[in-house]
Amino acid sequence: MDFNYFLTLLVFSPLLGILLLAFMPKANESGIKMLGVLATLPSLILALIAYFSYRGGNDLANFSEKFRWIQFGGQGAEQQGIFTVNYELGIDGFGLVMVVLTAVIATLAAVASFHIKKEWKGYYMLFLLLEIGMLGVFTSQNLILFFLFFEITLIPMFFLIGKWGYYDKEKAAYSFLIYNGLGSAILLIVIMVLFSRTGTSNIEMLSVMMNAENAPLFAPVSESLKMGLLIALLVAFGVKLPIFPLHSWMLRVHVEAPPSIVMIHSGILLKIGAFGLIRFGMGIFPEQFAELAVLLAVLGVINLLYGAFLAFIQTDFKMVLAYSSISHMGIVLIGLGALNEAGIQGAIFQVVSHGLISALLFFLVGVLYERTHTTTLANLGGMAKGMPLASGFLLAGAMASLGLPGMSGFVSEFMAFLGLFEEMPILAAVGTIGIIMTAVYLLRAVLAITYGKAEREFVGISDIRSFEWAPVLVLIGLIVLIGVYPAVLSEPLQATLETILMGIGG
Amino acid sequence: MDLDTLLSFDWGTMTPEFIILGVIAILSVADLFMPKHVDRKVLGWAGFAGIVLALVSLVSLIGTETTSILYDTFRLDSFAIAFKLILLLGAALVMLLAIDYRTNDGLEEYKGEFFYLFLTALLGTMFMASSGDLITLFVGLELLSIPSYVLAGMRKRNLKSNESAMKYVINGGISSAITLFGMSYVYGIAGSTNLREIAQVFGGLSDPQHIYILGLAFFMIFVGLSFKLASAPFHMWAPDVYEGAPTPVTAFLSVVSKTAGFVIILRILLSIFGYIPVAQEDGQPIPLLFAVQDYIAFLAGATMIIGNVIALRQRNIKRMFAYSSIAHAGYILVALTAMSFVTFDAIWFYMLAYVLMNLGAFAVIQVITMKTGSEDISHFAGLYRRSPLLAVGMGIFILSLAGIPGTAGFIGKLNIFMGALMVDQAHYVLVSIMIATTVVSYFYYFGIMTQMFFRPAASDEKIQLPAGTIAVILITVVGTILFGVLPNLAIDFMHSNFNQFVDFMR
Repeated sequence: MDFNYFLTLLVFSPLLGILLLAFMPKANESGIKMLGVLATLPSLILALIAYFSYRGGNDLANFSEKFRWIQFGGQGAEQQGIFTVNYELGIDGFGLVMVVLTAVIATLAAVASFHIKKEWKGYYMLFLLLEIGMLGVFTSQNLILFFLFFEITLIPMFFLIGKWGYYDKEKAAYSFLIYNGLGSAILLIVIMVLFSRTGTSNIEMLSVMMNAENAPLFAPVSESLKMGLLIALLVAFGVKLPIFPLHSWMLRVHVEAPPSIVMIHSGILLKIGAFGLIRFGMGIFPEQFAELAVLLAVLGVINLLYGAFLAFIQTDFKMVLAYSSISHMGIVLIGLGALNEAGIQGAIFQVVSHGLISALLFFLVGVLYERTHTTTLANLGGMAKGMPLASGFLLAGAMASLGLPGMSGFVSEFMAFLGLFEEMPILAAVGTIGIIMTAVYLLRAVLAITYGKAEREFVGISDIRSFEWAPVLVLIGLIVLIGVYPAVLSEPLQATLETILMGIGG
Repeated sequence: MDLDTLLSFDWGTMTPEFIILGVIAILSVADLFMPKHVDRKVLGWAGFAGIVLALVSLVSLIGTETTSILYDTFRLDSFAIAFKLILLLGAALVMLLAIDYRTNDGLEEYKGEFFYLFLTALLGTMFMASSGDLITLFVGLELLSIPSYVLAGMRKRNLKSNESAMKYVINGGISSAITLFGMSYVYGIAGSTNLREIAQVFGGLSDPQHIYILGLAFFMIFVGLSFKLASAPFHMWAPDVYEGAPTPVTAFLSVVSKTAGFVIILRILLSIFGYIPVAQEDGQPIPLLFAVQDYIAFLAGATMIIGNVIALRQRNIKRMFAYSSIAHAGYILVALTAMSFVTFDAIWFYMLAYVLMNLGAFAVIQVITMKTGSEDISHFAGLYRRSPLLAVGMGIFILSLAGIPGTAGFIGKLNIFMGALMVDQAHYVLVSIMIATTVVSYFYYFGIMTQMFFRPAASDEKIQLPAGTIAVILITVVGTILFGVLPNLAIDFMHSNFNQFVDFMR
């Protein structure tokens, strides 16, 4: 099978939707919403084709493509093959998993966006642009292209939060823009230092050049510079992930953005931070990364505990989930800090699993808010009476999130902690407090909503209906699938994992 | 000089200048004899046609041998052609804006003068690009400056316009005088005004006394010329003049005049001060230009910080763009500081991008300020509802000015970063300032976005656009995106036609 342009098609297929939407009459609400969802389908189908053709034995290298894009520094540089930036897309196992996750969540979030009340046209156009950015991030093969897609996610998010969010939306949009703008600014410095010193921005080339003895660099890169660059990377992706204390923007976004956007944000955008750390941090600076491992594990435990304790005292369900996200990103860091096979696998599993779980939870938040117009725990209560199905799904989501065996959350937490216990048992033991806390705060919040005393009469409240079934069932299905049969994830990841482990010296 | 010598010159190299000169003559005579009631717009269109004709003749000169006429005072090398292309492109767009510009404070009666004064200033910039001699350089500079002073004060019955002309002429006069004083030192030591001869004399200079004096000369010339760039510390005139001058003139000052400033600085700095040996390192002489790098770097940093930080507090859109254009001068100075092998590329490409994005933004500003009669930023509120074309166009220009990927502005910045980081003593601090101030600029740039897209409009009345303005906006939008997505169109064109400007000093 010929896979030329396959990835380009996959990444840019939402563009077709944007173009079609531009010609839709503004008032045609249902038409726009249908088109918005349909436009996310091509990339989903292509992502699934890629996944199954890979499971069927097709080599992922077949998917890669490459064209000359920008040539800096004139023909002299071009002849030496330096300072050329190619348009190059490709995927490995990790990228494949992330692309599938992105495509799935994007489609479901597009469905969830049916709740959007105004200016659907602009909303869906920006939404699709956001999807292009996210898909591009996971398929770029060089840093400059990666940065381009990374920034493309920034602009639609700014508008999506600032225009369609809740009460304090503009502030949230600005705080998103500035924090992430600073993060990407730092990332850009790292990228440009690497590019200007080595003459290439290709990720694979860089990982070879930075670790070879006598690589033909344009200008030298000292050991201390490498360390500095890695720390800068850690800060840049730490904002995205988010690592304590760089997290405050993320709380605002979780609370102020529309739930469908939070599905995307919490489900995928936060994962770009983890993806970047694994792909570039570990890939390009393996030795320095190993030196920082303890720091990462400590940061991970801090994130885990800090998020868990603060989640416990929140009175708003969205805030509980926001802090829970911070807490769960701690597990990613713990896994990375462990720096062994189990740990890294756990971290990547957590990336995927948390993406699905938080998408599910925020979808349900959207459903709840749509009907009750509140997310305060005190005002919600006894929902199980009016909407038993939704309450059941909420409980299922919470169970997955706190790591009930048989669901995806369990696999990732188990692996990450297994890894850390092997390396730093004391730290890991401290970390387990976080796991207990997770159970406490999630059950507290979810039980308060479903079984607690009904403070307010919600008259004529309706349960999950029509289009809302699809996202819930798909997400729960995937969560259980990964929990019961982790091989759907671990097999595609195996090759990536081996490459990473080889880089850090096994 | 007898007739034979005069005829022996290859006057064809001056075709673009002759065309502009001819049009100026025709316009001024026509304006004199045209009845009072006839709309002077036709003169504007004639001027526009003249610029386009000059552009065409310039394009036909690409690839000709480097020639110099009039005893080496007028050079046509790749540097001159490359920058004249940008100057003419910018001037053509400004001309279109000027044709559509209307106010009710007394500009109508002077509209004829407006056009040919403007062309005269353009002629000055073209001479600066081509000069091979201190005298022609200075004549070009004054030919640009004097019409600019008049243009700034063109709105006779507007107090701010009067003030701006006054400020501009006094400050400009002082800076010209300082430049000239610096040049007189150069002449005093070299005994010639010809740039090539000066370079030859200076190459063999060893008397420390002379070098000291030339250091002074450098500072004076640089100070005088930084006035034209509106870079710190000689930026103070810019906000007042930009605010007071008619909008097309503001656009001209911030784009064409600034480009001309960089043209003359490159000419003088490289051809004179790039050859004065001040010290020896490893047997290689260090030219004066490298010895004063820290000074230029300091100014670049200060310019970026001042421009971006003060812009935060502006409510008047023209003042805001004045500070933004100060900031952009700072960015380009970073490229000048670096002096790597991509410096020329970086400046040329950045100027091209800047012409497109800034002129586009000024086109929108002109429409809004003409419509509302006020320059307050709040009049951009709800622009998206009133005119989606304007709002989306402005959005793209702002993204480009803010250096967001996918636009020409981003590639321009990338070029500058690379140049600054690839040199042996990489300018980490300077690049960090540039990136940090870029993030600061998000605040005020996205403030305009907030107005346009988030805030409700005072009235929902649609905005009608004149044809010329539509053309300007379309051309600049297409250019901004095209050179952002496929920058190689411009970069390859430059590399294949101007060959790295190797003939710059030959």
